[in-house]
Amino acid sequence: MTLIDEAPVPQGADDSGAPLLEVRDLHVEFHTRDGVAKAVNGVNYTVNAGETLAVLGESGSGKSVTAQAIMGILDMPPGRIPKGEILFKGQDMLKMSGEERRRIRGAKVAMIFQDALSSLNPVYSVGFQLGEMFRVHRGMSKKEARAKAIELMDRVKIPAAAQRVDDYPHQFSGGMRQRIMIAMALALEPDLIIADEPTTALDVTVQAQVMDLLAELQREYNMGLILITHDLGVVADVADKIAVMYAGRIVETAPVHELYKRPAHPYTKGLLESIPRLDRKGQELYAIKGLPPNLTRIPTGCAFNPRCPQATDLCRSDVPALFPVTERDGADLAGRGSACHYWKETLHG
Amino acid sequence: MGHYVARRLLQMIPVFIGSTLLVFLMMYALPGDPVRALAGEKAADPTQIAKLKADLGLDQPILVQYWNYLTGLFQGDFGTQIASRRPVADVIAEAWPVTAQLAIFALVFTAVVGIGMGVIAGLKPNSVQDRVLLFITLLLVSIPSFVLGRLTQTFFAFQLGWVEPNVSLEENWHELLMPAAVLAALSLAYVARLTRTSVVENLRSDYIRTAVAKGLPRRRVVGVHLVRNSMIPVVTYLGADLGTLLAGAVVTEGIFNIHGIGLTVFEALQRREGSTVVGIVSLIVMVYLIASLLVDLLYAVLDPRIRYA
Amino acid sequence: MPENTAVVKETPEPVKAEAAPAKGAGTGKPRSLWSDAWHDLRRSPLFIASAVLILVLLSMAFFPSLWTDGSPTEADLANNYLRKPEWGAVFQPEWFGYDIQGRSVYNRVIYGARASIMVGVLVTLIVTFLGTLIGMLAGYFGGLLDTVLSRITDIFFGIPFLLGALVVLTSFEKRSVWVVILAISFLGWTSMARVARGAAIQVKQADYILAAKALGASTFRILTRHVLPNALAPIIVVATTALGGYIATEATLSFLGVGLQEPLVSWGVDVAGAFRSIRNAPFVLIMPSVLVSITVLSFLMFGDAVRNALDPKLR
Repeated sequence: MTLIDEAPVPQGADDSGAPLLEVRDLHVEFHTRDGVAKAVNGVNYTVNAGETLAVLGESGSGKSVTAQAIMGILDMPPGRIPKGEILFKGQDMLKMSGEERRRIRGAKVAMIFQDALSSLNPVYSVGFQLGEMFRVHRGMSKKEARAKAIELMDRVKIPAAAQRVDDYPHQFSGGMRQRIMIAMALALEPDLIIADEPTTALDVTVQAQVMDLLAELQREYNMGLILITHDLGVVADVADKIAVMYAGRIVETAPVHELYKRPAHPYTKGLLESIPRLDRKGQELYAIKGLPPNLTRIPTGCAFNPRCPQATDLCRSDVPALFPVTERDGADLAGRGSACHYWKETLHG
Repeated sequence: MGHYVARRLLQMIPVFIGSTLLVFLMMYALPGDPVRALAGEKAADPTQIAKLKADLGLDQPILVQYWNYLTGLFQGDFGTQIASRRPVADVIAEAWPVTAQLAIFALVFTAVVGIGMGVIAGLKPNSVQDRVLLFITLLLVSIPSFVLGRLTQTFFAFQLGWVEPNVSLEENWHELLMPAAVLAALSLAYVARLTRTSVVENLRSDYIRTAVAKGLPRRRVVGVHLVRNSMIPVVTYLGADLGTLLAGAVVTEGIFNIHGIGLTVFEALQRREGSTVVGIVSLIVMVYLIASLLVDLLYAVLDPRIRYA
Repeated sequence: MPENTAVVKETPEPVKAEAAPAKGAGTGKPRSLWSDAWHDLRRSPLFIASAVLILVLLSMAFFPSLWTDGSPTEADLANNYLRKPEWGAVFQPEWFGYDIQGRSVYNRVIYGARASIMVGVLVTLIVTFLGTLIGMLAGYFGGLLDTVLSRITDIFFGIPFLLGALVVLTSFEKRSVWVVILAISFLGWTSMARVARGAAIQVKQADYILAAKALGASTFRILTRHVLPNALAPIIVVATTALGGYIATEATLSFLGVGLQEPLVSWGVDVAGAFRSIRNAPFVLIMPSVLVSITVLSFLMFGDAVRNALDPKLR
C-alpha cells in the first residue's frame, strides 16, 4: 500500500531507538482576562510502543492541556507554549511546520475525546466522518472510504455496520458513539492514541466494555496509549504506569500497582483514601481539604502545600523536584518518582 | 415528509386568512375613505358617492366585504382598482416581475456578501479584519436605507454619472443592481453578524476540535465541517428576510422610481385603494409563508437531527 | 428599506438564560449572571462609549436648552435661506447652516432628538411589555393557549412590518407622536413574543421550577420570580438592539410622508424635508441623518455590549 502522505514527514524517524513519545519540560500558559494561567509547568513523561500511560488528575491539573499540546490542537492564542519539547520518535513536533504536524495528526497520533456526541459532527453520517480519514490522508475515493468505514465499524464491534454506516451520530447510543470515536482514532493505525476521559460520559456497564475494547485493540496494534482520567478505578486494570498531575506538574509517577499499594506523595495518598471502599464501610469518607489552585495564582513552593496535612515552611518556599523514590535501604524502585520534599516519610510512614 | 408538508400547508391557511383579514381591517376600519380620496377632499355630491360605494360593495358590513373579497381571491379575482377601473390582478402581474427580480438580486447579494463577510470575520474573532467588518456592518445598520439610497443615487448617478438615477421603464436588469444593493444593505449587515456569531460559536465546538485532531487541512475543516453547521441559523434568517425585502421595496422603489409593487402599493395607499393594497400585501404574506416552509425543509436537509414526520 | 424590525429578528435563537459560572478558575466567591455581566460591562470600551453617547442624546431630548438658546421653528427666509454651514461656529445656530425655510439646522437637530428618542424608547417599552407578556404566557402554559397566541403572533409576524405601519398610518390625517408610537408597537411586538416564548419554554423545564412548584409556589409567583428573571437576559438583549431600529423606522416613515409631520420637530421630518434641496444644499440632509445614525449606532453598540456581557457563550 502506498501511503501518499508517508513520504515527506518522518525523515530519520524510527531509527534512533528513541521512545515513541517523549515530553520534555513542557510549559503551557493561557492569557486570560484574569492574567496568565499557567496550565502546564514543566511536564516530563515518555510512552513506548505497546505501553499504556495513565495520566491522573483533577480538572485543571493540566492533564488534558498536555494532551492537546501533543496533538497540536491547543487554541493559540490564547494558549502559548513558552518552553519544552514534544519528541515523537525522536523528532520535536513543536519545531515542525503546520503542514508536517497536520500529517501526523490522525495518522500517527490520534485522539479519542470524552463526549462522543459533541465530538462528532452532527450533520454528517458516521460513515462520512470515518471515511474522511482515508480520503484525506490516503487519497481514497468515496466508495473505497465507505468500505473502509464499514470495516472499521466491524472492528469496533458495532452490530450491522453495513446498515448503520449512513446513520448520523445522534442515532447511536452513547457506547456505540464512543466506539465510533475509537474507530476513527484507529482508522489509520496510528502509533500513539491519546484517550481523554474516554469513558467518563458513559454508563458504568458500558464503560467496562469500551475500556476492554480499547485495551484489546491497543495490544493488537502494539500502539502507545495515553489514558487521561480522573477515575482511579478505570486505570487499575489497563495502565502500565501512572503519572499523577497537580497544578500543571507531575507530582508522582509509578508503575500502576506500586502506586496503589504505596503512594509516595500526600496528594496521591489523599486521592486513594477518598475512594469509597467496602472494607471501610461505615467510616466517614476522606476528602482532601480545600480547592485546586487558581492557575493564575499558583502558590509558591509546592503547589499542593495549602491543602497538605504535612506541609512545612520548606514546602511553602521551595518547589520540590520529581525525586527518584527508593526503598528504605536505598534500593532502587524503577520508574518511581515523587515531587514531595517528604516523600520518604510519606512512603515509609 | 409529505405529511409534514401537507400539515404545514394546512396550517398556513389560518395564518394567511388572519393576515389578510388584519390588513383588510386596517384598511377599511380605520379612518380614510377611498371614494372620497378619489373624488377629492371636498367631494361634491353625496348621492353620487353613495352610488359609487354601492357599486363597489363598500356600503356593506366590513366582514361581508371581507368574505366577498376572500371568495373572490380564491377564484383568482383580486378585485378592481377604483381609480383606473383596471383589475388588480393585472396591476400586480405588471409590477410583480420587477420587484421579484429586485428582491432576488437583493437576497443573493445578502447571502453571498453577508455570509462571506461573516465567515471571514468569525474565523479570526477579535482580529483586525473582524473589527473592520464588524464596523462596516454597524455602519450599514445605522444608516437608514432611504438615506443610503439617496446618497448612493446622488453620488453614483448625479455626481459621477456612472448610472442613471432612475430605473428606466424597460427595467434592464443591470439597472436594478444598485437599488438591489441598497435594499440588501441592512439585511446583509445582519446576515454578516449572525454568520459571524454562528461561526465563532461553532469554531469552539468539540467536533471542530475533532476535525482538527483528525489531521484535516484547515480548508476542509472550515469548508466542510464549520460552514455547514454555521449556516443553519443563517438560512432561517434569510427565509424570513424575503418578505422583509419585498416590503422594503416600498422605499427603494420610491427612491429609484422603479415601477414595482412597492411603488404601486404606496400609490394605492395614498388613494386608500383597499383592493390593491390588500391584494399586494396578501401576495407578500403568501410569499413569506411559502419561503418559511421552504426554509424549514432546507433546515432538515442541513441538519439531519431534525426529522419532520 | 429592508425594514428595521430585522433588528429584532436577528436573534432567532434565544440567548442562554442560565449562565455558566464565570470561568476564571475558582477565584472564590460565586458571581451571579447579573453582577458578572456588570463587572464585564464596566470594563468594556464598547459599553462605555455607547453609554456616554446615549447620555448625550438623552440630554438633548430632555434639556435641549442646555445645548442652544435658539428655537427650532424660527424662520428667517430673507437672510438665511439655505445659508451654508459655518463649521467654526461651534454650538451656534449657524453651525450646520440653515434649511429651505431659513431655520437653523443646528437648533432643529437638537430639538429633533426628543421626538425621535421618545419614539424609540416608548416603542421599545410597549413592545417589550406586550411581547414578554404574550410570549411568557404562551410558552409557560403551552397547550391551547400557546396554539392560539402563537397563531396570532404568526399572523402579525406574516405582515411585513413596514407595510403594516404604512397601512395603519396613512389612515390618519393628523399624526401625533403617539399615533406613530402605537402604530409601530402594534406591529412590532411579535419578535419579542417569540423570544420570550422560547425563553419561557426553556426555563420552565428547569429543575428549580419543579422544585418551586413542589414547594407550592403560586403560578404568578413562579412566573414573576423564576421564569421572568431567567428570560430577562435574552429579552434585554433584543430590546436594546431593537431600540435603534425603531428610531430608524420613525425616520423612514417620515421620509415616506406617513410618519411625524411638521410642525413637529424630528430628525425624520428634517431628513425627509431635506431631500427637496439635496442637489444644492446637501448639508441640510447630513446632520439629521448623522444624528439618526449615531443614535441607532449607540443603541446597537449598547445592545452588543449587553449581549456580550450576558451571553457567556460568546466570550
